[in-house]
Amino acid sequence: MIIAALTWWLSLIIIETLALVSTFQFGITIAMADVVSLNLLIATAGYITFISLRYYQPNPKNAVYLIIWSIAMAAICTIGHHYIMIRGPFPREATYYAYLDASQLIRGLLVWLMITLIGVMSWIWFFLQDLRAGERREHDTTKLARDAELASLRQQLQPHFLFNSLNSISALAGSRPEEARKMIQQLSDFLRGTIKKDDQQLVSLQEELKHLALYLDIEKVRFGHRLRTELDQAEEAKHLLLPSLLLQPLVENAIKFGLYDTIGEITIRIKTLSVDNQLLITIENPFDPQTSQPKQGTGFGLNSVQRRLYLLYARNDLLTTRKAEDVFYTEIKIPQPA
Amino acid sequence: MIKAVLIDDEPLARSIVVEYLRAFPEITIAQECNDGFEGVKAIAQHKPDLIFLDIQMPKINGFEMLELVEHPPAVIFTTAFDEYAIKAFDSHAIDYLLKPFSKERFEKALQKWLQHRNQHDPKPNPQTLLSDEVRQPEERSRIVVREGSNIRIIPVHEIQYLEAYDDYVKIFTAKEMFLKKKTMNFYEKSLDPAQFVRVHRSYIINLQQLTKIEPLEKETYLALLKSGMKVPLSKSGYAKLKLVLGL
Repeated sequence: MIIAALTWWLSLIIIETLALVSTFQFGITIAMADVVSLNLLIATAGYITFISLRYYQPNPKNAVYLIIWSIAMAAICTIGHHYIMIRGPFPREATYYAYLDASQLIRGLLVWLMITLIGVMSWIWFFLQDLRAGERREHDTTKLARDAELASLRQQLQPHFLFNSLNSISALAGSRPEEARKMIQQLSDFLRGTIKKDDQQLVSLQEELKHLALYLDIEKVRFGHRLRTELDQAEEAKHLLLPSLLLQPLVENAIKFGLYDTIGEITIRIKTLSVDNQLLITIENPFDPQTSQPKQGTGFGLNSVQRRLYLLYARNDLLTTRKAEDVFYTEIKIPQPA
Repeated sequence: MIKAVLIDDEPLARSIVVEYLRAFPEITIAQECNDGFEGVKAIAQHKPDLIFLDIQMPKINGFEMLELVEHPPAVIFTTAFDEYAIKAFDSHAIDYLLKPFSKERFEKALQKWLQHRNQHDPKPNPQTLLSDEVRQPEERSRIVVREGSNIRIIPVHEIQYLEAYDDYVKIFTAKEMFLKKKTMNFYEKSLDPAQFVRVHRSYIINLQQLTKIEPLEKETYLALLKSGMKVPLSKSGYAKLKLVLGL
């Protein structure tokens, strides 16, 4: 960048010198002195303008300040140049000094044009930089907010689940300490699984099902007398990917819906399929169509999964629910990375 | 002998109460119940002095179960986490135990009740336990009633209107009528005021079922409901209805 600018300026100096020599037949020394001193002055004025614009950027309405500034700079440069050429230790060529006096005005205009150009270019440069910084800030802010939201959605552990599990452990500790210890182990493994994972991370269905199994084991300690689960897993779906910790809240929702809406034994069915390069998971729970609330089944668990899928895939159609007689179906489709 | 009934849908949660109760030989456990339906029957059958009651249970929750019991015994709630219940029952229940609770905490609750019981026999009227101010943990979206030995759950959107009937309230759906031992004030407070309006000293109507308001005589009106039922409006009831409807 700097090298390019220097090269450009050096060629400009050479061309201008050659032009003066060939047009007016000045000596090479005086011509060179004229061009170099003028260009150094312009460069200095341009640099000062550039630096000033870094700290003060007039908006288009105040462009008049920029014009006044550039005129003043141009005047100083022209007068300074004149002074240097008269006082400087250069060969006294009469034709040159006649030219210097006669070209004062046109030189001033040229210098003004150059400085204005530098000013406008600097202004645009800083304007674009500001714009880009603003965009980056905005992007960072949205990303932070999105990450935070994803993290909180992912980690929303149902306090009911935790306290009831602890209560079961408390009960087991008195009568069956070995089982209590086992359940503490299961609960720890489950909790560790919920905190270690990264939000954006995709995991294989197999891995997600392993985490789900921990959860189901705990729920069966609590509700073993009523809760049955069936897993129908397609072999080709095993290695498909999905966002981590997506399945468990859906199953938790289905279990709660099933357990609290009916009496007696319930079966939760989880089916996984690979369809058109998408992972399709269906969760079934029984419910009582007579008494269940219209709002039920769209509880917190489903909302948070819906929101997560939207944040990750910008789609609202990946989670669907439907009812058929006394079975409630929750379905998710997960697009696979290309 | 003191008789107790345990109502909780998790067997392990009941087993801990059973274990803690061994320190109180004067208390016998008459029955353990898996849900509110069993609870209602067990209470009718054994007439216990004390029940341990979970809140979140299948079909009907602990509050709804208590509403179905004619003469509820003393209640100690055992629940995992229910901020609403804790707020609402702060001053009403004998006690509530947050799961998991310690043996000391459990014994403190029982001692409190036993002392109270010895001082003021007969036992504290459990009806005051569920004072009219007590709100459901969630917005009331259904009413549970008893029909003989059956328990019916009525979604509130199916209700046409409620009518005062001595100590009872008649609850009308399009096809049926149910009786519930409650006051009009109770329902006026516990039902969503944007949906249910008390239009008369003896009537509360469901606005979703309202089709028409027609004049009856000078300054008196009738509300016509979707089912064709007609409900009289009092003067102030008519004014209130106009206000809610934004007329």
